Amino acid sequence: MSDEVAGGKTTRDTAGEPAVRRRWRLDARVMLPAVALAVMLAGIFVLQPRAMSYNGLRLLLGLGLPLMFAAMAELCVIAASDIDFGLGTFIGLVNCIAAKYLASEPLLAVAVLAGLVLAYAAMGAFIQVRRLPSIVVTLGASFVWLGLAVLVLPSPGGAVPDWLTHLVRLRPPLVPLPIVAAVLLGLFGHWLFMRTSYGVVLRGVGSTPASLERAGWSLLVARSTLYGLAGVFGVIAGLLVTGLNTSGDATIGAAYTLLAVAAVIIGGGEFVGGVVSPPGAVIGAFIMLLTGALLSFMDVSTDWQLSVQGAILILVLSTRALQRRRS
Amino acid sequence: MRAVPTRRWLNDNRWVWSFTAAALVWLLTIFIADWRGPLATLSTALGFATFYAIVGIGQMLVISTGGIYIDLSIPSVMVLAGYLSMGTMGARDAGLLPGIAVALAVGLAAGVANVVLIRGARIPSMIATLASGFIMQSITIAYSHHSTAKPAPTLLDFSLSHVFGVPTIALIFIVVTVGVGFVLARTVFGRSVLATGQNARAAYLAGIPIPRTIATVYIISGLLAAVAGMLLAAYSGGASLNMSEDFLLMSIAVVVLGGTSISGGRAMIAGVWGASLFLYLIVTMLNVLGVGAGVRYVVTGIIIIVVLALSDQHESA
Repeated sequence: MSDEVAGGKTTRDTAGEPAVRRRWRLDARVMLPAVALAVMLAGIFVLQPRAMSYNGLRLLLGLGLPLMFAAMAELCVIAASDIDFGLGTFIGLVNCIAAKYLASEPLLAVAVLAGLVLAYAAMGAFIQVRRLPSIVVTLGASFVWLGLAVLVLPSPGGAVPDWLTHLVRLRPPLVPLPIVAAVLLGLFGHWLFMRTSYGVVLRGVGSTPASLERAGWSLLVARSTLYGLAGVFGVIAGLLVTGLNTSGDATIGAAYTLLAVAAVIIGGGEFVGGVVSPPGAVIGAFIMLLTGALLSFMDVSTDWQLSVQGAILILVLSTRALQRRRS
Repeated sequence: MRAVPTRRWLNDNRWVWSFTAAALVWLLTIFIADWRGPLATLSTALGFATFYAIVGIGQMLVISTGGIYIDLSIPSVMVLAGYLSMGTMGARDAGLLPGIAVALAVGLAAGVANVVLIRGARIPSMIATLASGFIMQSITIAYSHHSTAKPAPTLLDFSLSHVFGVPTIALIFIVVTVGVGFVLARTVFGRSVLATGQNARAAYLAGIPIPRTIATVYIISGLLAAVAGMLLAAYSGGASLNMSEDFLLMSIAVVVLGGTSISGGRAMIAGVWGASLFLYLIVTMLNVLGVGAGVRYVVTGIIIIVVLALSDQHESA
């Protein structure tokens, strides 16, 4: 019962712990999803041994390319103890802009996409200055992105430049592209948030904003940076969707919002306290993705994919809550 | 610093702003429409706004118990209850009562499931309701392949009926709203909700049964979402998978724009109606102007963000 009251404070307590213990605990957070992913992959390999080849993995994990970048975008916002419920429709907007302009007027497309990144940074600044609840602002923004996407591309279609379709079909030697991209993205995220000194400041936005400000850092700049980074990753996710689908569709992105949130949380992130793990988020993205393949290899209708994703969320989160109560 | 009485009254009665905004948009709309059918416009808007308000009241109760509580499963409860109740009715009046019972059962089950996840498994409410929403959505998808999902004729007529030009559903839920408002202001449960939202620790030390309070608000939210889903499905002549897609945003927007504090402890139940009317009247106005879906989405989104920014979220309660 006293947990009830302490509930909101847990993260603050963690932030005060010695760094060594904290790092160990974060690693424990990533272990759980990593094991879950390994079990899922093992299950798939048993059911469908052919998936264990270069091409098998390429097909199995291909759609994970946009999802891992979407997860990384969501991670940047969750690191600020905020949440972005507009990410999916933003990815849809990028998809529409890319399909409409990238092939015919590349300069215009690049300028517009850069503008969108700035818009994301501005959204972060706005939330910081007016101290607004991010959940309402980003839900409102989701309507704006969707509306703009419909205006850009009223019905699905458009053309995609060859370089983009070639990019997502790249065949690096030995290891398929989705795995190469995942390792690079996970390492880059880890370096950015855990190994650079400004990464510490960025995580501080979510965990200890007051001390950050007292130490002379600008919360405005830091939160805008986080949202701007989210915009960059969101644009990349949108471009990858475009390359994979070879067309634009305003509604294509909608599902990415909740999947990205789930990926970050499963991968060790928390909604409060700026607790995030970039490698964990990438693993979380693959877990969400593989639920579909696992079901179809088990001959279960993919109608139930959302149920499995929900169940995994519940399983991972309740396990984490149990661990916390024990420690 | 002592506040001027009027200012203080406005601070305690923030719902006034949402009604003022709704009235302005209404006047603007009938001005654009050359003063044609001002009351019909209002009546139609009230009919649609009722659906926002029903789920908004549930969301408001949940949010009022504190900033860490929210119900993201509302749209999923709506569509699941809509499908299962319509499927049970199968366009027959004989199925009316079983259909209503099914809808209520869905709402109750969803509320209980959320409580079990949040209180029992200690999962943060945002993820718990997200996960339960995932599961309900997938049940709906699986169910939707083999069901007609059409309302009982009586329920269809009822959902479209008017009393003295006012939609019957709106009248009923205005009465429900007054009831909930009374419960919030005058009963132990109502005061417990607000006390928990203001300071959970103080409420706990004061002996307020926090677990029971939180369980109750989630179950009420589930039930209201289920009823809204059933009525919306009947009103639209049948359930559809995307019928509640706007309701995640709207259920939260009508609460916050209505003057309820997003961090809990201060509820403005009348404001839920004001904000619902305001948001639906904007849609009406844009339709009168003849703009397409794209512009409608952009304008609605921008207005929600701007109004949120204009309303001072941090003035003392």
